[in-house]
Amino acid sequence: MIEPSFTQGTTAQALRFGLGGCWVISAPALEATATQLEAAARNAQHIEIDLGEIIALDTAGAWLIDRMRCAIKAHGGDVRLVGARREHDILLGAAHYRPFDVKPPVQGSLLVERLADVGETVADAGRDLYRGVSFLGEVMSALVRLILNPARMRSTSVVYHIDSFALRGLPIIALINFLVGCIVAQQGIFQLQRFGAATFAVDLIGILVLRELAVLLSSIMVAGRSGSAITAELGSMKMREEIGALRVMGLDPIEVLVVPRLLALLVALPLLTFVADMAAILGGMVVSITYGDFSMDVFFDRLQNAIKLNTFLVGLIKAPFMALVIAMISAMEGLAVKGSAESLGRCVTASVVKSIFMVIVVDGLFAMFFAAIQY
Amino acid sequence: MSAHSPLPSHELAIRVRALQVGFGTRLVLNNLELDVRRGEVLGFVGGSGTGKSVLARTILGLVQKRAGRVEVFGEDLDQLSKEGHRAMERRWGVLFQHGALFSGLTVLQNVQVPMREYLSLSPILMDELARLKIALVGLKPEAADKYPSELSGGMIKRAALARALALDPELVFLDEPTSGLDPISAAEFDELIKTLQQTLGLTVFMVTHDLDSLYSVCDRVAALADGKVIATGTIEQMLAAEHPWLRTYFHGTRASRLTLARAQSTGA
Ligand SMILES: Nc1ncnc2c1ncn2[C@@H]1O[C@H](COP(=O)(O)OP(=O)(O)O)[C@@H](O)[C@H]1O
Ligand SMILES: [Mg+2]
Repeated sequence: MIEPSFTQGTTAQALRFGLGGCWVISAPALEATATQLEAAARNAQHIEIDLGEIIALDTAGAWLIDRMRCAIKAHGGDVRLVGARREHDILLGAAHYRPFDVKPPVQGSLLVERLADVGETVADAGRDLYRGVSFLGEVMSALVRLILNPARMRSTSVVYHIDSFALRGLPIIALINFLVGCIVAQQGIFQLQRFGAATFAVDLIGILVLRELAVLLSSIMVAGRSGSAITAELGSMKMREEIGALRVMGLDPIEVLVVPRLLALLVALPLLTFVADMAAILGGMVVSITYGDFSMDVFFDRLQNAIKLNTFLVGLIKAPFMALVIAMISAMEGLAVKGSAESLGRCVTASVVKSIFMVIVVDGLFAMFFAAIQY
Repeated sequence: MSAHSPLPSHELAIRVRALQVGFGTRLVLNNLELDVRRGEVLGFVGGSGTGKSVLARTILGLVQKRAGRVEVFGEDLDQLSKEGHRAMERRWGVLFQHGALFSGLTVLQNVQVPMREYLSLSPILMDELARLKIALVGLKPEAADKYPSELSGGMIKRAALARALALDPELVFLDEPTSGLDPISAAEFDELIKTLQQTLGLTVFMVTHDLDSLYSVCDRVAALADGKVIATGTIEQMLAAEHPWLRTYFHGTRASRLTLARAQSTGA
């Protein structure tokens, strides 16, 4: 490709420029050549620009030439474009110069912007809480409607989601809890040995795992695994107007999409918590026997002394509440997705972060509650 | 009427030979042959779901082909190096059937994506050129700063065309560009395509069901049925063709109403 260029000369009445080469966007020198030409022509009175020798012209070249013509004219010069081929003439007409009055972005003060950011975040958090409560109300009323009219319950969907939340999440949750059981046992035995109380590590494992760790780890894992999936599914449905389509068909998206997922989580999380309990205790047992040199009898003897039914129930009671928190937050974030892929990403992140945070907050509230009633 | 043309390959923008494309056990395109000449607007018609979009996507390299040969500007796409592909991708622009605008970017930024990628222009010129393209496709200046989710279907088509034209390509693929546009906009769209073809020597591969476009901008028409190009030729040749599908397509009630109206308006 031949780079764009120009020659300069004079005729009787005017300064004359002859353009040559390819005035196309892919020519690297295009913009620079146009700027040079404009500078050379700036202060002349009568100018003639000959386009006859141009090999190729595209909209970018046409735009630059016409922009130059307008700039010189604005300077008081008078410009004539001559010798243009017919197709170039049409192109110059189509891509003629027009000013785009673009408003430059308003630059505020940095301090004010920061403060406004903080204020907005706080207000957002407040709005979130408000929306959360109203969403909870909506879901509950849909749930009650379904309980009164069970024929409308989408049981296939519920079963499908139980399969994907519980069954498919089972191996990883069992494995994580098994490992955490091992770690707690190892640390317990190692630290308590110094007081000659190594066997008390079994109490530690039993109580810590059953009351707190199993349910907490399962909830965090479910928030990351299933909560994000719920947000992404609902969010991409929202993006493609599928939610609107449901609505205009007289179907309530909450009833069709949210309630089955909520019910599935309500079933799945207690099940997973139970499996997590067993896996963690198994992990503790393996380490107690291999690393702590306890016999199987000693381990079970201590375990029976340390825990009662309520230790186990404390953990299990929390699971449905965690499920509710995760389902509410991830569904709400999913339905808050706007049109762009970016907003989907943001909502999925927010869903996971908020769910995990709320799971921990709820766990803390339960700890205070159970301490207060001495359960 | 044969799908082959005796033209030498340097006169051809696209040359497809013995192309087979399928999904699973189903063959969508079977031994398809197609020539698109340089500088022409080729209208591509065919029933819904016959594989028009699949053909465009195969030529662009987005769908894997089972067999056959695709040449663009005389170069076999399978033989091209990575740089060769990049150079080729600069020379074509694509308007996808559903727009495929980047949802996280404004219209202006969407148009600037290929410019940023391939050119080193000053920010001011890049801005001006993008806004020029947006104006050329008939969008209002305010649309430049909107996000795709805030646009109507027709506006999305226009914005996608502006992006396809960002680099002043030599070849553009348009997948149903005028579907979803009102007749006035569709006519403007056709007008713009015609202007660009005449001034830039643009080659256009246009999938369309718009009989008006076929009449007003397409130099030739190719028809797809049963996985093959069953006929190519000018619109007059297509009207005269014997193939039963072509007869229903061009002489069905909707088509003949249009032909009648055209005949009356030119006759009057
Ligand atoms: N990714 C895909 N997987 C399976 N089948 C597909 C895929 N894309 C297209 N098809 C099938 O190929 C056929 C042609 O589709 P398409 O080219 O989109 O039709 P149209 O001619 O209306 O543009 C359709 O039957 C469609 O179901
Ligand atoms: Mg299609």
